[in-house]
Amino acid sequence: MSATLIRGGRLIDPASAADIATDVLIDEGRVAEVGKGLSRAGAEVIDADGAVVAPGLVDMHVHLREPGREDEETVASGSAAAVLGGFTAVCAMPNTDPVCDGASVAEMVFAAGRQAGLCEVMPAGSITKGLEGKYLSPVGELVRCGVRLFTDDGKGVQDSRLLRRAMEYIRGFDAICAEHCEDASLSEGGQMHEGEFSEALGLKGIPSAAEEVALGRDILLAELTGVRFHALHVSTAGSAEMIKRAKASGLRVTAEVTPHHLVLTDSDLVSYDTNFKVNPPLRGASDVEALRVALAEGAIDAIASDHAPHSAEEKESEFEIAPPGMLGLETSLSIMLTELVDVGVLSLADLIRLMSTSPARILGLERQGGPVTQGSPANLVIFDPSASWTVKADSLSSMSRNTPWGGRKLKGRILHTFNEGRLVVKDGALVQGALV
Amino acid sequence: MIKNLLSIDQLCVEQIELVLRTAESFREVGTRTIKKVPILRGRTVCNLFFEPSTRTRISFELAAKRLSADVINFTADSKTSVTKGESFKDTAVTLQAMGVDAIVVRSSSSGAPQRLCDWVDASVINAGDGQHEHPTQALLDLYSIKERFPSIEGLRIAIVGDVLHSRVARSNIKAMTKMGAEVIAVGPPTLLPASVQSWGAQVSFDLDEVLPKLDVVYLLRVQKERQNEQLFPSIREYAALWGLDRRRVAMMKPEALIMHPGPMNRGVEIASDIADLERAIITDQVTNGIAVRMSLLYLMLSGADQDLEVLP
Repeated sequence: MSATLIRGGRLIDPASAADIATDVLIDEGRVAEVGKGLSRAGAEVIDADGAVVAPGLVDMHVHLREPGREDEETVASGSAAAVLGGFTAVCAMPNTDPVCDGASVAEMVFAAGRQAGLCEVMPAGSITKGLEGKYLSPVGELVRCGVRLFTDDGKGVQDSRLLRRAMEYIRGFDAICAEHCEDASLSEGGQMHEGEFSEALGLKGIPSAAEEVALGRDILLAELTGVRFHALHVSTAGSAEMIKRAKASGLRVTAEVTPHHLVLTDSDLVSYDTNFKVNPPLRGASDVEALRVALAEGAIDAIASDHAPHSAEEKESEFEIAPPGMLGLETSLSIMLTELVDVGVLSLADLIRLMSTSPARILGLERQGGPVTQGSPANLVIFDPSASWTVKADSLSSMSRNTPWGGRKLKGRILHTFNEGRLVVKDGALVQGALV
Repeated sequence: MIKNLLSIDQLCVEQIELVLRTAESFREVGTRTIKKVPILRGRTVCNLFFEPSTRTRISFELAAKRLSADVINFTADSKTSVTKGESFKDTAVTLQAMGVDAIVVRSSSSGAPQRLCDWVDASVINAGDGQHEHPTQALLDLYSIKERFPSIEGLRIAIVGDVLHSRVARSNIKAMTKMGAEVIAVGPPTLLPASVQSWGAQVSFDLDEVLPKLDVVYLLRVQKERQNEQLFPSIREYAALWGLDRRRVAMMKPEALIMHPGPMNRGVEIASDIADLERAIITDQVTNGIAVRMSLLYLMLSGADQDLEVLP
């Protein structure tokens, strides 16, 4: 592999606390040198003038639909969407068909990720077999093949005793217990956030308490068991407050939030557009505000997309019948640059910490999240924070089209993505032959 | 006139008055021996019913037929339609391809008529969507009240029962307050939405307290299934606290009306003998429903925005 010289960019690397104008030389898949005025004979030169160079983004919550729904997304198509969105690592949720509740499915996802060769793909394992909430998955077997995060995402573990046992067991392997916090008896039949809008639209509501009751229980059980607990996609002001308190009392608790919960609200559902149907549901404006504050204050650790592809035929139906979920990989960074960085809620360095360094550390992905220093793996993204583009659902690389952002003009364009020193996205497009 | 009718929100006071005035002309057609006028000859109206409903479908069917339109009835349970593999969108596009001029849609899913508008050019009329709206019901209710009172403005109307799950309540609260009535939502706390006041209605849990000041008491159908969801303790308790019986009727003003969208649960929200009183105008509501729907079909499909001249 020939060397590549990134010339003239602004390196923002939270892991080394760097925010400097510098060149970066990549050789043999690694960062060979960081400094001003670098040169290397024969190196391919990338002009990064005016652009930001950062550790590749890490999305700790995506649905790649393989195995089972390869008509909606595959590990390869999801990997392509990831690198086009600036991500160099993703954690794939286990609610596939069959469920990732044993080594065979986990190995298959790892292998498909390696075969696609675009980014690091780490499957998450389910907490319970078949996501049925009854029997523990073989956590040890999954850990042995490289799984580090366990969740029944899509639903919460309803049985408190079972969850307690799962946490104790998972703790023994130093893995992470991650929960989709939802008390199913409170959310049953719910279509959207419960409030003024659900009542006006005649759609059954999911109260904030459905999430908070479950999160409260989970934090208590995390305290009881000492497990590393991660709250997936927190969506309410109350959840943010509980996470903050759990951290203050010294628990090993982390949390993520999605771009859509930081920007959209239940009022966006007045059109009954099924692309806005998601679980947890889009909440009220005061929740959005509280989540932004929690993010800026450090109570929330990561931004994750919950990329959830769904076929057009499933989304083109009555609101009640349509499955919840929206695409995210190709829009996450731009949404956050436009809606949070541009308006001063987060600095660029904060954003990169929340979208790269911090999720990489939570997942224990040693090759990701920086530091971008001599000798480290060259998983990098280069983006222009001021260039703008308009989202067109049909132009996305994902196999599905269910984006709520269609037609939006966003700031921030991914220019180049490096996976292990190899340029996989160049000038905003997948490099020919990059997908092997 | 508007092209699609999805919600009462779309109509201004003047448009509502036009619909009601036009309905008055059509009301007379229903009293003739030959109940037909050639106003929509050659136009096609499709009743697309994804939820079983005999009375609303028949009312729309008669309305279209009395205007001489051709009528197609497409009735399917939305769940069977989905399992058969044909999506809602495909059904809509198929009807569009057959060249229908208006689609009257009933669905158990809130927002279904709005989705339909994204896919078809035909006029869409909401005949009840989930727990959202039932605008033609509200219009026929306004018409029925206007038959008995000189003006709706200033009337005090209680809507009693399961407001939370009722599309009739949503459309009626909007329509009645728009026309200047004072509306009170009455029922058990579990069946009144927390935000009902933001719709312009007042709230009361006590029917006996509000009854003496009412001009209209509008009873909603109480579905017995709600009892299983623990929304109230028992049908017996519901009937005792919010059911209209002879004792309660005696508390009402002599000229006050009793209304119900049907089908009634006699003995639950309304005692059987009460439903047959002269002041209970429940069958008038049914009769007026045809005239109001004729008025809407005519105004929407002909694009007219003024009063009808002499009917042929």
